[in-house]
Order: sequence, then structure tokens, then C-alpha cells
Amino acid sequence: MTADAGTPVIETQGLGVRVGGRTVLQDVSMAVAANEIVTIVGPNGSGKSTFLRALIGAVPLSAGRMQRLPGLRIGYVPQKLSIDAALPITVRRFLSLPRRVTDSVAGEALARAGVPELGKAQMADLSGGQFQRVLLARAILERPQLLLLDEATQGLDQPGAAAFYQRIEEVRRELGCAIIMVSHDLHVVMAASDRVLCINGHICCEGTPEVVADAPEYRALFGTGTKGTLALYRHQHSHSHDADCAHDHQPGVS
Amino acid sequence: MLNDFMVRATLAGMGIAAASAPLGCFVVWRRMAYFGEATAHAAVLGVALALALSAPVLPAVILASLAMALTVVLLRGHGYAMDTLLGVMAHTALAAGMVAVSLNTNARLDLMAFLFGDILAVTPGDLAVIWGGGILVIGLVAWHWSDLLVSTLNPDLARAAGVDPAKAELWLTLALALVVAVAIKVVGVLLIAAMLVIPAAAARPLARTPEAMALGAGAIGAAAALGGLYAAYWFDTPAGPSIVCAASVIFVLTTLARSVARHR
Repeated sequence: MTADAGTPVIETQGLGVRVGGRTVLQDVSMAVAANEIVTIVGPNGSGKSTFLRALIGAVPLSAGRMQRLPGLRIGYVPQKLSIDAALPITVRRFLSLPRRVTDSVAGEALARAGVPELGKAQMADLSGGQFQRVLLARAILERPQLLLLDEATQGLDQPGAAAFYQRIEEVRRELGCAIIMVSHDLHVVMAASDRVLCINGHICCEGTPEVVADAPEYRALFGTGTKGTLALYRHQHSHSHDADCAHDHQPGVS
Repeated sequence: MLNDFMVRATLAGMGIAAASAPLGCFVVWRRMAYFGEATAHAAVLGVALALALSAPVLPAVILASLAMALTVVLLRGHGYAMDTLLGVMAHTALAAGMVAVSLNTNARLDLMAFLFGDILAVTPGDLAVIWGGGILVIGLVAWHWSDLLVSTLNPDLARAAGVDPAKAELWLTLALALVVAVAIKVVGVLLIAAMLVIPAAAARPLARTPEAMALGAGAIGAAAALGGLYAAYWFDTPAGPSIVCAASVIFVLTTLARSVARHR
């Protein structure tokens, strides 16, 4: 069962988090509805991952409040998961943690994540892309109403990341779940999101990808120079203003 | 049958092998080998205090081990790296325990038995403690198996699935203290960590699932106990260390078998 489009699946009001006496997040208010893909961008150490961890209840709130749909089913793909080589575990067994699932449920999730053939493989033998897809399969096992992905494409190459986001888009269409993801692949993400939240300890700016890409707060963080791939990308597609693109291009390119 | 000391010793060894197998797997997976060592060394302090106060040894050992384990968990992430912290605490507990015992001359001989174990002197009462404690530990770990496993893989993954990894860790710590307390008579404080780590490590190359590894560790531990005991009997070597040596031989064999199988 999915919520009505209007009802937020999860909502925060004035959320604040302190870690070891340091304020990592303050005054974050946002709501995500079913069928919506929201991407969180921000520089390193801006509190993006902490925000996701607060949403799953892994870090306590120091201020504000959080409201979830009652009995909300959450699927979570963590930022980094390294399985110790000393721990033998097959993909199938991994999917049954902590709750046992039937073979048909496991098979369906693997198929949806695009890796139907991997059930018998050892987790330690998987490639980076396969591993991420198995994590995705695990996250969507119980048909979550909210899917949280924390830099799920870390370590994947560009085509791998693009294929992964395409999968996510399909999962959203099939399950109708709300999706919140943190990412560094700015240009890919922007294309795949309905809404973007730019965080740097607080919400700097938010809105559709186009709005955020043009926001001065966003430019201040990511710039329009060589690191601002996205800004460049968006400029090329929406409108042109050469004044802002007067940075150095690579010799010979222009 | 229980009148024969070799039968009692064998049963004691089996009990320890069974209890330490599933726990030993977690010690290996979570890289807690040194943590197990510290918990065991704290037991010496418990023994020393019990002897000094003429108090029963078993509860004192459980309390000391538990206190050590909880202190380490609490201090974690407060300035020192984990291995430094454990190095300080484990050896302090061991040294302080030995100093405390030396002040009490009557207890000096007893301490040797606790450091190296005295499996051949296991009484029917000890057997009851070993198997009672062992069954408790296996029950504890089996009951929380899935929660422990998912917390070991990733704490946030556990939380998202509604499992509290801190609680799971607490159960593991409690089970560890219990194993130390019941194994102290068999292999002694200095070698308990070996009985946790070596059978689990020896079972790793043979297993494809966590459950298979735990069962394999149990079988390997039991075989080591049996082999070590009879080797000790024939060659007149100390029983505890002989058991650990037998486990090490099995570890070498399974590791070799794995690399041979891989290169073929």
C-alpha cells in the first residue's frame, strides 16, 4: 500500500543533530511524498549522511521533530559496506537478514535490482556494481514506502552509475515509493531527481534541479569552475550566459 | 563413567568447543580477538580478588570479565585507538591480578591452575558448570543470531531494519564473559582467546554460510579437544596447550587445503 501523493511519507521540522558536541545539522525542515525522488547534495562534511542516519533513527535528534507514516517500511542502502573476508555469506543468505524471506521474494528483489542470477554467489566475490545492486535488492525486499540511498554509486564508473540510477527510477515506478538519496554524481543525479536539497549544515537551497542549479547558495558551494560540472551541464541545456562560463576550458577544447 | 578423569576431561573439552564455536565466529568476523583476550585477562583479576576475599571464584570471574568488556565498550572512541586501549587494559588486569595474588601466599599455586587450566582435574561439579554455562551461551547467541549477524555486517543496516546494534553487542559481550568464566578451568586464562579464534578461523575455508562456519568451528574445536587431550595423555604434555596446538594443526591443514583447491 502506498500513501496518497499528497501525504508526506516522512517529514522533519526544525531537525537538528549534534555529534560529539558539534552541531552537524540545524533547522532542517523537509517533507517527502510517495513517488518522489529527492536528492541531497552538499560538500564533504556537510551533514548529508548524518541526515539520512537521523531519518533511520541511527543518530538522536538534538532539536526539532520527525514524523513518519505509522509503520513506515524503510529500505536503506548504506554509504559504505565492507564485508570482512572472514565472514562467508551468500547473496541469498544476506537477503534473509535479519528477517527470513521466501525464495520468491528474494528472487523478485534480485530481478528488480537487475541481478537475478546472483543468489548463490558469495558476497565477497561480487564486483562493485554487483554489490551495490545486491544492496539495492536487499533494501527493496519488503517493498519499502521509503528508500534511502547514501552515495549508492560510490566506486562505480560513469556508465555503471547511470545504469544504477536508471534502476532506481524503475524501482520507483514499480513500487511507488518515496526515494531520498545522497550523491556526488551531480549531473546524473540532477537529471534523475524531482527535487534537490542542497545541504551545508542547514538547507542552503531547495527546489527543482533547475532552480537549485541557478541558486547563488548552490553556486557558492560548488562554483561554476571546473568542479561545477553540473552548473555547466545545466547552463548548456537551459540557457546560455557566457559571463558565468568565463573560466578556463581545457586547451584545445574551446 | 564420570568417574574416569579422561572421560570428564573429554566432556569438558567438548563443552568448551561447543560454547566457543558460534561466539568465536563473531570474534573473528568483528575483529574482536584482542577484545576476547582482554576479557579473559580480566578474569585473573577476578580470581585474585575471589581468592583474597575467600569468595566463590565463578561469579567473581564473570563480574570481572563483564566489567572489563563494558569498560572497553564505553571507552571506545574516546581518544585512544582500540588496540592501544585494549593493550593497556588487558595487561593491566593481568599484571594487577598476579600482583594481588602474590600478596596472598596460599593462593600462588592456585593461580597457576587458572592461568594454564587444569582440565584433567575437572570434577563432576565443574562439568555441570561448563555444560550449563555452555548451553546458556549457545542459547544466547542462537536467540540473537540474526540480529547479531546484521549488526556485524553494518550497524546502520541493522537500525534501518529495526534492530538495535548496541543491544546486540551487549548480548555478545555477556556471552563472552560467560565463556571466559566457564572455560578458565579447561584451557586457562592465557589460552581462552585461542579457543575462540582458532577453530573459527580453521572453519572459514570450509564454509559458505555463517551457520556452516559456526557448526564447522564446533566440530573442529571438539576434534582439537579430543586430539589434544589424548596427545597430552600419551606424551605427558600439559593438556590445555596441547588442545590449542591441535586446533592450530587443523587450522594449518584447512588453510592449505583451501589454497591447494584454489590453485588447481
